[in-house]
Amino acid sequence: MKIGVFVCHCGTNIAATVDVERVSQEAAKEPRVKFSTTYRYMCSDPGQNLIKEAVKKHHLDRIVIASCSPSLHEKTFRKCAEKAGVNPYLMEMANIREHCSWVHQDRVEATAKAIELIRLALAKVSRNKPLEYLYIPIEKKVLIIGGGIAGIQSAIDIAFANYPAVILEREPSIGGRMARFDKTFPTLDCAACILTPKMVTVSQSKHVTMHTYSEIEGVKGHVGDFTVTIRKKARSVDINKCTGCGACYNKCPVRVPSEFDMGLGKRTAIYIPFPQAVPNVPVIDRQNCLWFTKQKCGICKKICPFEAIDYDMQDEIIEEKFGAIIVASGFTQFNHAVYGEYGYGKYKDAITGLHFERMANSSGPTGGKIIRPSDGKEARDVVFIQCVGSRDEQKGLSYCSRLCCMYTAKHALLLKEHNKDAQAYVFYIDIRAAGKNYEEFVKKVQDEYGAVYLRGRVSRIFEKSGKLIVRGADTLSGAQIEIKADLVVLATGLVAQPDAPGLARMLHIPYDRNNLFTEAHPKLAPVETITSGVFLTGACQSPKDIPDTVATASAASVKALGLMVQDRLQREPLVAKVDAKTCSGCFACIQACSFTAIEEEEIEDKRLKKKRLIAKVLEGVCTGCGNCTAVCRMSAIDLEGFSNRQIMEEIEAL
Amino acid sequence: MTATEGSPERKRGKDKKDWEPRIVGFLCKWCSYAGADLAGTSRLQYPPNIRIVRVPCSGRVNPLFVLKCLVNGIDGVLVSGCHIGDCHYSEGNFYARRRFVILKRLLEYLGIDPRRFQMSWISASEGDKWARVVKELVEEIKQAGPNTEFRKGI
Repeated sequence: MKIGVFVCHCGTNIAATVDVERVSQEAAKEPRVKFSTTYRYMCSDPGQNLIKEAVKKHHLDRIVIASCSPSLHEKTFRKCAEKAGVNPYLMEMANIREHCSWVHQDRVEATAKAIELIRLALAKVSRNKPLEYLYIPIEKKVLIIGGGIAGIQSAIDIAFANYPAVILEREPSIGGRMARFDKTFPTLDCAACILTPKMVTVSQSKHVTMHTYSEIEGVKGHVGDFTVTIRKKARSVDINKCTGCGACYNKCPVRVPSEFDMGLGKRTAIYIPFPQAVPNVPVIDRQNCLWFTKQKCGICKKICPFEAIDYDMQDEIIEEKFGAIIVASGFTQFNHAVYGEYGYGKYKDAITGLHFERMANSSGPTGGKIIRPSDGKEARDVVFIQCVGSRDEQKGLSYCSRLCCMYTAKHALLLKEHNKDAQAYVFYIDIRAAGKNYEEFVKKVQDEYGAVYLRGRVSRIFEKSGKLIVRGADTLSGAQIEIKADLVVLATGLVAQPDAPGLARMLHIPYDRNNLFTEAHPKLAPVETITSGVFLTGACQSPKDIPDTVATASAASVKALGLMVQDRLQREPLVAKVDAKTCSGCFACIQACSFTAIEEEEIEDKRLKKKRLIAKVLEGVCTGCGNCTAVCRMSAIDLEGFSNRQIMEEIEAL
Repeated sequence: MTATEGSPERKRGKDKKDWEPRIVGFLCKWCSYAGADLAGTSRLQYPPNIRIVRVPCSGRVNPLFVLKCLVNGIDGVLVSGCHIGDCHYSEGNFYARRRFVILKRLLEYLGIDPRRFQMSWISASEGDKWARVVKELVEEIKQAGPNTEFRKGI
């Protein structure tokens, strides 16, 4: 074994506190050290050349670099070792900058510590094994969970790069929340006008497959090779035969509240959620269909000219392989029934923002009229209450939902546009309009549309002679306010989908205490997760407006495409390894593994002359955390790069 | 500790006057190691008694490592990981916490001063906490005195 030690001055960062020359001399005295030197900047090109030449000249087979933190330059020096003809994993770093020269001032003490840190690295490197990079193949297909604007944008981006994308959507149509909106702030584009072309693009793309009315049942595997189980719920309509003529739902006798219209309108039992639905294929709501509840009617089957109706259709379970997964599962609204002051959700005329969107929409249930749901009369005085659920640690959410200020301003504007005599009152805590042209938009609503903004909270809403009396405080004037409102619109916050934790567990991605999925790094990896190959977009990660959602969707697509374009994935070989001889098959490691990276494997034990089960590490899945090693009674499972022997050797060197 | 003393063996509590505690820290590379790096980047000063062994996760630390340190005469051992709930590997530090709570009790039962083995949860943004933890640890180990309880007999 011939180890080379390279001590870096890092300009004066190390050399000012640590006597690098002495460190190098001391290192040279250590056993197995063949060569030792110092250089001003070891990471620079001349520094790296110095390493390469020393390796050649002194036939070094292991390298210790005493410089900065491995978090900073481990990759640099591994590459350098590789170029010098030394296995990159026969290189170790001694952190004599962050952990030594920068935190100590006494030159003598710091020098002594630096010597010891090098001794530690020498001990470890002497036990290093040459390792080869792992390569895993990639299934060139991306799964997108959720068919809202986030999922749609991701699919378009991936299809544009000529890679196949599959959208999984549990509703009968893609479109998500955005399809329900009337206008979008701050430009007042009609949501349908900008969304439906994208929906059509997706449906016509030869690279995009849509599984609508489908749910995800399970995810197995790892980056490059996910196997996903999908339940395609029985639509009762053959998607291949149906042309979307609409004869069935025009004749269906059943009327139930429409989910799409937030219960403000009615739909039939066989229905498409909204006129621009993609795919434009109806679905039978079996809970309400007379055929399924009473074995009567059957009109739709009789009338369908294409024989597309199939009452006997069953749920279909399919399995598909994907190389990457984009999670675009979106959000839902905060349930305001927890607030007694707003009437526990029992007042018909206290609605949420999404109800308001449907009413404001000219193709919506009210034909664009802002009415009171209780009596259908046009609303004149409308009170908007912001931060319903948001920024309320007691009963609601600790966070700000980010878009309520903006959509409330938009509603106040739309109200005035739909009814010139209407008056909007907005109760707010703060106006948070941080976005391009957002502040200007709010200002416009206040100045040009006469919306009255009242800074304060509403203490109570109650019904009196057909009106909702809203009592609150205007903290700026210090006055008590009472408004006789026709309609109250609650700006309910955005919350994670109720089944988000289940999905997170399936995908092995973490989620926070609000059930929002956690990104790999809040600043530098905002659309990645710690599970490689799984990316996040949209409001499933944190409340986002449409511009931000679209931006993260494209970001996630780029990340997924970055995987798709590779022939195979290179991975660091720092994974767990099982010694088949000593593994007793207790499988404590399987329980300790958070990533299901360990499986049972049957081997032929030659000594015992029989078959037995031992643990097997799936190298592609293993993240190299080493938790399995600490629970192994036999020390049969070990972690490459941080092996028991390496660490023990370090301890012995102290 | 002086620079002329090359070998670590020479410093092991032979001379009580010059005795300085020797401490080993097992730091997970995602949080605590990065926190210690930040202490460096922020030029926070702390005593030079600690030697850091970098591990991928606090859950990687086998109790044997801790015992081995103590047997070898190390005066104090620290295991430090990400904050509970923030583990890079989702659950590693849960395992570590359970395991080392038991080990600490066991050590106490064996007659080892419990101050000799400690745990901390330090995030990558807590350079100041790292410096503080080391300072406090060194102080405590100084009070505990040289580790003679569990040393390999000659």
